[in-house]
Amino acid sequence: MRFTIALAQIRSVLGDVLRNLAQHLEVIARAAKQGADLVVFPELSLTGYYLEDLVPDVALELARSEVVAALREASATHHVDLAFGGVEVSEDFRFFNSAIYVSQGEIIHVHRKLYLPTYGMFDEGRYLAPGDILRAFDTRLGRMGMLICEDMWHPSSVYLLAQDGAQILLCLSAGPGRGVRGETKLGSVEAWETITRAAAQAYMLYVVYVNRVGFEDGAVFSGGSVIVDPFGRPVVSAPMLDEAVLVGEVDLQEIRRARTFYPLLRDERLDLVLRELRRIYAQRYHLSPYDGGF
Amino acid sequence: MMEASDIRSRQALGAFNPALAVELLVRFIREEVTKVGFQRGVLGLSGGLDSAVVAHLTARALGPENTYGVLMPYRTSDPASISDAQLVADQLGIRTILVEITPMVDAYFERFPDADRVRRGNVMARMRMLVLYDLSAALRALVIGTSNKTELLVGYGTIYGDMAAAMWPLGDLYKTEVRQLAEYLGVPERIRQKPPTADLWVGQSDEEELGITYEVLDAILVELVDRRLTVEALVRNGYEEALVRRVAEMVRRSHFKRRTPLCPKISSRSIGHDFRYKRDWGS
Repeated sequence: MRFTIALAQIRSVLGDVLRNLAQHLEVIARAAKQGADLVVFPELSLTGYYLEDLVPDVALELARSEVVAALREASATHHVDLAFGGVEVSEDFRFFNSAIYVSQGEIIHVHRKLYLPTYGMFDEGRYLAPGDILRAFDTRLGRMGMLICEDMWHPSSVYLLAQDGAQILLCLSAGPGRGVRGETKLGSVEAWETITRAAAQAYMLYVVYVNRVGFEDGAVFSGGSVIVDPFGRPVVSAPMLDEAVLVGEVDLQEIRRARTFYPLLRDERLDLVLRELRRIYAQRYHLSPYDGGF
Repeated sequence: MMEASDIRSRQALGAFNPALAVELLVRFIREEVTKVGFQRGVLGLSGGLDSAVVAHLTARALGPENTYGVLMPYRTSDPASISDAQLVADQLGIRTILVEITPMVDAYFERFPDADRVRRGNVMARMRMLVLYDLSAALRALVIGTSNKTELLVGYGTIYGDMAAAMWPLGDLYKTEVRQLAEYLGVPERIRQKPPTADLWVGQSDEEELGITYEVLDAILVELVDRRLTVEALVRNGYEEALVRRVAEMVRRSHFKRRTPLCPKISSRSIGHDFRYKRDWGS
């Protein structure tokens, strides 16, 4: 199966969901005209990143939100799947940094960010709750997995999604740019190139990385969105720092080809991984066999 | 002063890429000015390196027609400062405004004729702030600050004086990096070559006042601040202990200048404590 993915490398207005929604709808219409079957937006695309005390004000109840309803409608009208980011409030009033996948007017999957960076220039753990479920999911375009920014810096996330059958890994990101010592690119952009290509190559799947651009209080989001094929080759790359809506074609047969050359997933030893992880887990937490250890 | 550290400083600062830095800083100024509804920037043009670089960056970001360089000499200012400031303005085609601060400063000190030169220097810096903020309102232009990371970290600036600004485009660049930026941007040689000075009194010199060259100071700051090495580690690497401790102490003692004023915590939500929003809230 072949289809077209649009990378929506946008800048968001901090805390103004309605203005961001209007931008989403405009980009979706534009991408649909370019033949996109799926439009992927950055992390927290509906809200902006450095929310701090704005978190409860911008949070959406996914089932009741008119903003989400407008995006669901757009997906149906334009016949295009969507992955976008926002703050989700749960029934028990926890706030999550979530990625929402919509297809043909329905929410198919929600991924709650697992790893909330709370160090250096990041402070997510102060305002948000971490998700605790990681699942690949089926769509009309293939089996996908979603990660949000920091999630991808934990190789276990990519590993689990690959084992769960993901063919296309969507990573929604609000990655701040830093490091002006490279030849042409920011250090952070080079780092993302490394991990997106490594993930695609190690698990023979497509990686769709969408990072936002623009400044918030002096911090810059560096763009560099990309689709990487299962051989680790970029299919389409967005520029650093500039807004862009670019489309690239994905061919699931390429996954078959890559996995024929390099049957690494076939050879994966889940039993070995589980055995050793159970041992490490038991040792780390001093569990007896009675506690579920050995 | 310290040859070994001099060499190390260049290694520590690494292959700084001025083209990439300019790219980021120009976008920073353009976006942070325009998204809050402004088109113009105004800055104090002293004839020195930092303001020349900021003028270049602002002219690139907002256009020369939207960049206002304000020349604010005092009677003791070096006459070359004015001509150097004008040189930069002519090079860029930015607008200039000349505001002599001598009458205002001297009028104030008629009340305190015995004030020492530090007080006089601070009042000059704050008089320039007053002029810039008045012109900010008159021109609908944001005040673009010229402080760099080195002077901000060691507190070599007047709080609510030259430190007063809407933004500090050079606030994450050390002086030695600003010099590389200046060369890349084509700031005139004579401005790049002259010794750094606040020009608040005749013969003033940054490096004499600080008691350290910018090369060595920046090298120490990179190790302490950017690389988070301890004073002990720097001493093990060959730096003079008293010097490193003095720099570390300058950073600590000047921290108040880099923060907003203290506010007590007595209510359920208090400014500076748990009322947390970014400045770019809604923009």
